[in-house]
Amino acid sequence: MAIPLSYIARNMVARRLTTALTAGGMGLVVYVFATVLMLAAGLQKTLVSTGQDDNVVVIRRGSQTEVQSGIDRSQAGIVDSIPDIATGEDGRPLVSREPVVLISLPKRSNGKAANVVIRGVTPAGLALRPQVHLVEGRMFRPGSAEVVAGRAISDGFQGAGLGETVRFASRDWTVVGVFDAGHSGFDSEIWGDAEQLLQAFRRTGYSSILFKLADPERFDAVKSELEADPRLTVELKRETRFYADQSEALAKFLTYLGTGISIIFSIGAIIGAMITMYASVASRVGEIGTLRALGFSRTAILVAFLGEALLLGLVGGVLGLLGASAMQALSISTTNFQTFAEIAFGFTLTPGIVMASLAFSLVMGFVGGFLPAARAARLRIVDALRAA
Amino acid sequence: MFVLLFVLRNAFRHKLRTTLTVVGIVVAIVAFGVLRTIVDAWYAGANASSSARLVTRNSVSLTFSLPLTYAQKLRQVSGVTGVAWANWFGGVYIKESNFFPQFAISAQTYLDMYPEFVLSPEEHRAFMADRTGAIAGRKLAEKYGWKVGDQIPLRGTIYPGTWTFNLRGIYDGAESGTDTSTFFFHFDYLNEKVKQMYPRRGDQVGVFVEQLRDPDEAAAVSQAIDATFKNSLAETLTETEKAFQLGFVAMSEAILVAIQAVSFIVIVIIMAVMANTMAMTARERYGEYATLKALGFGAGFVAFLIFAESLGIAMLGAGVGIALTFPVAQGFADAVGAILSGLAISRETMLMQVGAGLLVGVIAAIVPAWRAARIRIVDGLRTIG
Repeated sequence: MAIPLSYIARNMVARRLTTALTAGGMGLVVYVFATVLMLAAGLQKTLVSTGQDDNVVVIRRGSQTEVQSGIDRSQAGIVDSIPDIATGEDGRPLVSREPVVLISLPKRSNGKAANVVIRGVTPAGLALRPQVHLVEGRMFRPGSAEVVAGRAISDGFQGAGLGETVRFASRDWTVVGVFDAGHSGFDSEIWGDAEQLLQAFRRTGYSSILFKLADPERFDAVKSELEADPRLTVELKRETRFYADQSEALAKFLTYLGTGISIIFSIGAIIGAMITMYASVASRVGEIGTLRALGFSRTAILVAFLGEALLLGLVGGVLGLLGASAMQALSISTTNFQTFAEIAFGFTLTPGIVMASLAFSLVMGFVGGFLPAARAARLRIVDALRAA
Repeated sequence: MFVLLFVLRNAFRHKLRTTLTVVGIVVAIVAFGVLRTIVDAWYAGANASSSARLVTRNSVSLTFSLPLTYAQKLRQVSGVTGVAWANWFGGVYIKESNFFPQFAISAQTYLDMYPEFVLSPEEHRAFMADRTGAIAGRKLAEKYGWKVGDQIPLRGTIYPGTWTFNLRGIYDGAESGTDTSTFFFHFDYLNEKVKQMYPRRGDQVGVFVEQLRDPDEAAAVSQAIDATFKNSLAETLTETEKAFQLGFVAMSEAILVAIQAVSFIVIVIIMAVMANTMAMTARERYGEYATLKALGFGAGFVAFLIFAESLGIAMLGAGVGIALTFPVAQGFADAVGAILSGLAISRETMLMQVGAGLLVGVIAAIVPAWRAARIRIVDGLRTIG
């Protein structure tokens, strides 16, 4: 026969301060654990939503990022003319040759400089990224010194707000619009007219070419065809894959750091739970004896105390998750080591993280409660009754 | 004396509980120390930089280069006694996760300007004589098991193709803080190959480094340099080497702030654990405290007992924790390899660890001590553990 749950729950209420301190400690651990996982998930979500699955990015072979890549006009012409490129509503092929450079701009918050991506786009380039739409102002006019800024850049960097000017390549560029890219990586970019930017930066080649496949199934065929072409030194990646690869190192770093810290923290929290549960057992030796004398088995006692520890863990887990879910309102902006450019991303709470955090808190409760519960179960009735 | 013994006996009355608490504090103090040391390591590059050197780069961003011809003009700027230059190479050694910094340098002038890279005269001569030669830091060479004479292939990401270098020397750091995980080779070799492949990209330099006659002139000289190239095709931005390095640190600031925040959260967590221990301890002993009061000891004495016990346990944990921080930080440094240079535990970190221990001990004792001091003798004698 099992000991009723209400007995277990009432024990926790009877020792409010201790319960609150222990659950609070566990809550903080779960909070840190969940927050870091949310950060890694937010980064991945940002970079995955940056790409479209049927879009293909072409960069110079081995260059890894757009900024390091370079494709001259003759090579671009060969890539442009393949028959596998989809056509847009206006009947023109959906292909965009883009120069991508980094400029350093001071942040609004502390005036320190960080690298921001400037991308030259074409009308087709806009059609290739349907998640991007203007929220303020208007689009830049082709052939003018006008740019539009992503929302994260507009909010975070000096000179990038609507109507302000940024100076680079010996010219002042007016920000005439702010666009929202649906929390994708483009939110951390500034866009201008491709040909204008090429001239301003005195470049003759593009950085990358983006096109949409007419038939998404043909990706592998197109890839092997172009990569084998002796006139070209390029590599092709699906846009989704391209951006996922760029976040790999930062996401891994965040996950490792978070897991490492959580493990260290959980040792502290488990010790806290253990102390609480040992005390809970010690102060109830008489009660345990009575329960045993009434006919409750050793297993029932073990289950009751383990249940109390698990409940303690659960309370901590829920507290921690509540705190972590409040973090969703914030976003963080840092330099991605792989692209050397600023990227803004949010905290994303996924069902997987909720499950992992709750499981983590229950494990802490279980590990912390097992030894004390075993001690309670091992008590002999006579000794226990005498102790009271 | 007698009082101390009393406190000590009390502290170890519940051996298991006290041990667990001490272990918890040790873990927290170690974690705190290691996290702060990691943050310090980020700043190691900036701290090791010389105040007698300026760095000039393209004002647009580091990914833009400067013409090699600027070197002549830089030498003419008053206050500059030497000019060297370097290009970031960004090659991949076997696989992408094997990251280490690689620079193409103006060999003789660059090494003259960085006396902290110590190379034996024979190796120095061999490096200078071989245009495809390279030198690597001790830490880097040890990580990949390189020996002088090895051929090292790097796959270029910025400069296409596979580049093979002959390792002509392994340099050591003059001081313990010097980073020895960088790979250097001849700028002339890079420049020549680039000119063959992409004539337009030749004679371009990533950053210039200038030696100052007098470090106090840094601000004036950097302004003079930037003024020289104002309104040119490649405007420059000149700053001290330290500011240049701090610029990199600032890029990861969000992460550093998070690590620092976390290092304080661990202290808060352990505070909760410790406060819990002291609350339980005091509650069990209300009867004894009442007895002490009945014997004529004041409320202050009772509070003192609790504070002394709490502080004793916290400081024991802090002491063991500080001692353990050294091997743990070393183990961490060995695990991550060449990425973080020099995980040295600073004095400030240790002082902060002691401070954290004191804080935990004091805060944990406040509520229990207040309660025990206020307890009425009759109530206290009536309570059962």
